[in-house]
Amino acid sequence: MGSITLEKVSKSFGTTKVIPQIDLDIADGEFVVFVGPSGCGKSTLLRIIAGLEDATDGTIRIDGADATREAPAKRGLSMVFQSYALYPHMSVYGNIAFPLKMAGEAKATIDDKVRGAAKVLNLTDYLDRKPRQLSGGQRQRVAIGRAIVRQPKAFLFDEPLSNLDAALRVNMRLEISELHHQLKTTMIYVTHDQVEAMTMADKIVVLNAGRIEQVGSPLELYRNPKNLFVAGFIGSPKMNLISGAAAAKENAATIGVRPEHIGLSKTEGPWQGKVTVVEHLGADTFVHADVDGVGPVTARAPGEFPVKHGEQVFLTPEAGKIYRFGDNGAAL
Amino acid sequence: MATLQTRSAARLMMSPAVLLLFAWMIVPLAMTLYFSFLRYNLLMPGMEEWAGTLNYHYFLTDPAFGTALLNTLLLVGGVLLITLAGGTLLALLLDQPFFGQGIVRLLVIAPFFVMPTVSALVWKNMLMHPVYGIFAWIARSLGLQPVDWLNNLPLFSVTMIVAWQWLPFATLILLTALQSLDEEQKEAAEMDGAGPISRFVYIVLPHLARAMTVVVLIETIFLLSVFAEILVTTNGGPGNESTNITYLVYAQALLQFDVGGASAGGIVAVILANLVAIFLIRLIGKNLEA
Ligand SMILES: Nc1ncnc2c1ncn2[C@@H]1O[C@H](COP(=O)(O)OP(=O)(O)OP(=O)(O)O)[C@@H](O)[C@H]1O
Ligand SMILES: [Mg+2]
Repeated sequence: MGSITLEKVSKSFGTTKVIPQIDLDIADGEFVVFVGPSGCGKSTLLRIIAGLEDATDGTIRIDGADATREAPAKRGLSMVFQSYALYPHMSVYGNIAFPLKMAGEAKATIDDKVRGAAKVLNLTDYLDRKPRQLSGGQRQRVAIGRAIVRQPKAFLFDEPLSNLDAALRVNMRLEISELHHQLKTTMIYVTHDQVEAMTMADKIVVLNAGRIEQVGSPLELYRNPKNLFVAGFIGSPKMNLISGAAAAKENAATIGVRPEHIGLSKTEGPWQGKVTVVEHLGADTFVHADVDGVGPVTARAPGEFPVKHGEQVFLTPEAGKIYRFGDNGAAL
Repeated sequence: MATLQTRSAARLMMSPAVLLLFAWMIVPLAMTLYFSFLRYNLLMPGMEEWAGTLNYHYFLTDPAFGTALLNTLLLVGGVLLITLAGGTLLALLLDQPFFGQGIVRLLVIAPFFVMPTVSALVWKNMLMHPVYGIFAWIARSLGLQPVDWLNNLPLFSVTMIVAWQWLPFATLILLTALQSLDEEQKEAAEMDGAGPISRFVYIVLPHLARAMTVVVLIETIFLLSVFAEILVTTNGGPGNESTNITYLVYAQALLQFDVGGASAGGIVAVILANLVAIFLIRLIGKNLEA
């Protein structure tokens, strides 16, 4: 079991309010991703759940029981840190065994569990090595191994992949998702990478300046962003946000169109513009154009689209895929 | 220094300094070695003659030598023990955030800046004196018999004085080491269920191992040659109770004017220091490897 509930949780450091007030329900077995720009309070929120930071106010319930004043170890959660925080003088075996040793388990049980975790994580050949003799990805796996042997109620990950290179990141992303399917344990995962959020999450929590902007499944957020912030944050490349005359025509202060919902043509369309940059990715082509009376717009064409910098293109926003936002930024 | 050329240029540039340092070391050493084989007493100038290993024989069979050797080891070991344990405790305390941290840190470092002779005098006359000393006053206030520290427990007293001087050094080194301990590592251990004592044993102590090695090696080098504190407080006495090798050499040379014997003692001290150094490097040197 591992359901976590935050009730009116707030946090201040001295006089600065980092988290004004948050209510959040995390169901057992869910993969929840906290996503938001740097400094929005994701780590702080995670550390409050872990017990490494005291909440200034509010209640944290784990499996229904009040855990607000509980010590970190008592909460039955385990955490994977951004820096991995492996114990440098212990071998991989020692690192993974440490939480079990602290729990006072028998040697034979520890050995079983450590070897089991090592097998799951492909670390069997490295058990005798010290952390500094491992690659970044292997260290990451040791950190995860140390987290899973305790069979916690929930895993907390704080940007665990940000120190890895792009290819390894994609790999580890898959491995963590797979692990979640295998263990079916609640996971809370912090990242500022919206691709990670979209690909891994059952539920995304979009944070901005310590406030929850929206909670929902990846596709819910993609389809129905509640406000400008979420609309701009979820999706890659970013949604085109257009204000002015083009927006007024739709009776909105701002309208948003995703790049993939804009048709590209060299001959006709309602919006005419000059290409500023073209990005050919093979599978897709991103065309950045300066549209007359609208401003800079990004469009995404599937496959190859043969245009060059400086050429004229015509853009057609798909009807029904235009998001409208009011003066206060909320979706209409 | 990647290329052959830069390497030879570097050697050329460094050679004057290296040669000077080498001469600085080798000339006194060679002279001491030479004197140690002479019968050379300042009371009989001009009567120097070759003595072979006689000086060594006398120095090593002198009953004072065994006592001095033991005293040296006890002094070094005692001071190391006190400074390491005390330094770790103080470093742990000073690492906590508290009001007036800056001032307190400065105060803790202060003893290191006091000259050995001065601190020894302060200890002798203001703290340990059986009549005027603060310790005696405390003992009397509690209705106890004051202890005549320097007469009854001379080696222990000297150890305390020297340890007091070296405590700041150990504290400082251990404190910086403590501050370089990754905060997330401590938090990880906390989440792994390690209590304060387990965290200290499994996380903090191993992290401090390297700094402790540095403290042990550096202090040992200096502690083998403790002299001023003994000269000022006990003069090596009563009897030979607080005489270490350094003080024995001094007594030989400047109280008995026996330059040959003192030189032999000096060479023995050098060999002893090297033995201790080799022993220590073997024992704890692996901590220094990255
Ligand atoms: N110990 C602290 N004392 C004072 N302010 C703090 C402290 N820790 C964090 N903050 C502030 O709280 C805010 C949120 O910090 P937090 O580390 O939670 O951000 P984050 O969302 O994790 O950002 P990032 O993506 O860069 O890791 C920041 O503005 C930060 O300056
Ligand atoms: Mg963070």
